[in-house]
Amino acid sequence: MTAIETGAAAVPAADVATATVRDATSSARTPRPRRRRPEASRLSRVIPTSALLWLLVVVYAFPVLWFVLSSFKPGSELFSLPLHLLPQEWSFAGYQKAWSRFDFWRYFLNTGLVAVITTALAILVSAATGYALAKFRARWLSAFFLCILATTMLPTEVILPSTFVVIRDLGLYNQLAGVIVPSVITATGIFMFRQYFRTVPDELLDAARIDGAGEFSIFFRIMLPVAKPIVFTLAIFSFQWRWNDYIWPLIVLNDQKNYTLQVALRSIVGADNIDWSVLLSASVISLIPMVVLFLIFQRFIMNADINSGLKD
Amino acid sequence: MATQTVEPAGLTRGSRPAPGPARARRPRRGPIAAPLLFIAPAVVLFCLFFVWPGALGVYYSFTSYTGVGTPRPVGLDNYARLFGDRDFYAALSRTVVYTVLAVPMQYLVSLAVAVLLVNRHARGTTVARVVFFFPWLISPIVTGVVWRWLFGENFGFVNFVIDQLHGTPQRWETNANLSLAVVLFASAWGGTAFNMLLFIAALRNIPRSYLEAASIDGATGWQRFRWITWPLLAPTTFLVVLLTTIGSMKEFAMIQALNGGGPGTSNMLLVQYIYRTGFERAKIGYASAASFVLMIILLVIALVQKRFDKAES
Repeated sequence: MTAIETGAAAVPAADVATATVRDATSSARTPRPRRRRPEASRLSRVIPTSALLWLLVVVYAFPVLWFVLSSFKPGSELFSLPLHLLPQEWSFAGYQKAWSRFDFWRYFLNTGLVAVITTALAILVSAATGYALAKFRARWLSAFFLCILATTMLPTEVILPSTFVVIRDLGLYNQLAGVIVPSVITATGIFMFRQYFRTVPDELLDAARIDGAGEFSIFFRIMLPVAKPIVFTLAIFSFQWRWNDYIWPLIVLNDQKNYTLQVALRSIVGADNIDWSVLLSASVISLIPMVVLFLIFQRFIMNADINSGLKD
Repeated sequence: MATQTVEPAGLTRGSRPAPGPARARRPRRGPIAAPLLFIAPAVVLFCLFFVWPGALGVYYSFTSYTGVGTPRPVGLDNYARLFGDRDFYAALSRTVVYTVLAVPMQYLVSLAVAVLLVNRHARGTTVARVVFFFPWLISPIVTGVVWRWLFGENFGFVNFVIDQLHGTPQRWETNANLSLAVVLFASAWGGTAFNMLLFIAALRNIPRSYLEAASIDGATGWQRFRWITWPLLAPTTFLVVLLTTIGSMKEFAMIQALNGGGPGTSNMLLVQYIYRTGFERAKIGYASAASFVLMIILLVIALVQKRFDKAES
């Protein structure tokens, strides 16, 4: 959403979008009217529709399945024809080799630090900015909102060379901070919070102000807790963006000991002779944290109010 | 809460305009200090990482800066050379080809998946949804590796199956177009999850009564989709097309892992070209000119699509 809403006229339309999604989720909960249908004609619909769906499921699941199963094959079996779906002999050699040859703890630590710190800061900055944009009115605030929306049109990739120079001149080159600080600002996060805070009644703020609460205590004690759903949603999305990010770490980090997982993986794929057995297991290892996170927050992610335009 | 009445509050109240006729005319006008402090971090970051590099990029594009020393102005030299640079044209046209193919493909696939998932005749949609969503968890780099493994020319599963079926194994790695096809598959596979969620939200939003009225009037499933569902999805269509277009134009990480822009440089897209020129060859001035062209293209795309969006509604 943020990508397109560069014009002032588009902003109310965006409001409608989020509002309608909320309606949608509530209407989805109401039971559907059941109509009596002859059993046979219902089955004749269920079978082809479900068959098509499950065909697609197999197509989508297969690449990962093949990949993960292959990672448990011993190196000699990887390329020996005929190929078998299941490993003839289960082996963890690839994992052991990957683990011993690459400093995975360090890459995990680096990536984790980047993802966690960036996410925490992004939530704070986005919430504060979104709150100001939603609950205060001034021409310069609207102007700044347009600037933020415009940043989605100017992704890092577009200003790659000069961004590198800026990072270097700020003394952030080859430091994790150089990956963290620039990613703290996210138009999507600001937009999500702004849309959400607009739905919070002004009376709540006025009442707190009359009670003598300061602006900052209103923000931290009332607004931030109220916006918990957005905090969670942004946390999950931001973590995924940062965990899987490649281009920022690539241009900022130079020293191998500062590498994040993605850059480290790329150094294995980029080699002249790819060691597939190591690459397969290393890639699978790199997926584990995201998968665990997904399993924990699955309901949150799948029901996320993503019409607020989540894409970094 | 009363104990929290700290300085900022006093500060904001001090700067609030005194109640009077001026305040009555613009009742919404509030304090300045509080919102300014709230947006201050974002403003600083915005200036540091968007305005500064943006301005610097435009400046560098008129110089022969190499990353060290002082930039030497060269006027429009970079642009003049860029328009005669065969590698640049190759990268640009390949990017356009990729985008033109990737956008409809991703759009159709994610729409189809979403329609199937909300269809009430479909069974097992909860599990199916998780499967379709799974690629979202996987980084572009690993996505590239997964598909590279699947489409290996000598060791890949796909060629093995083709061979078993007595077909001719295809040159997925050494043929430029086939290699691009694999990139397209991978991007559709990876991009479905997010667009699918957008479509599902929009599909659930369509009033059931419209569709029921149509089916009472005897409309077939396809007619209902074509004349009711699809037009109502227009805002989501617009969003998905715009996001995938921008995403495709700046595709980089996944291709890096999938084929590195290969075979040779035949699938080198624009961002990889910029990366190579700017970082591997240290021609920051020249790469900035190429970046600027990419930026203009993205802007034009956004404006054109905005036009379409307006025209449709």
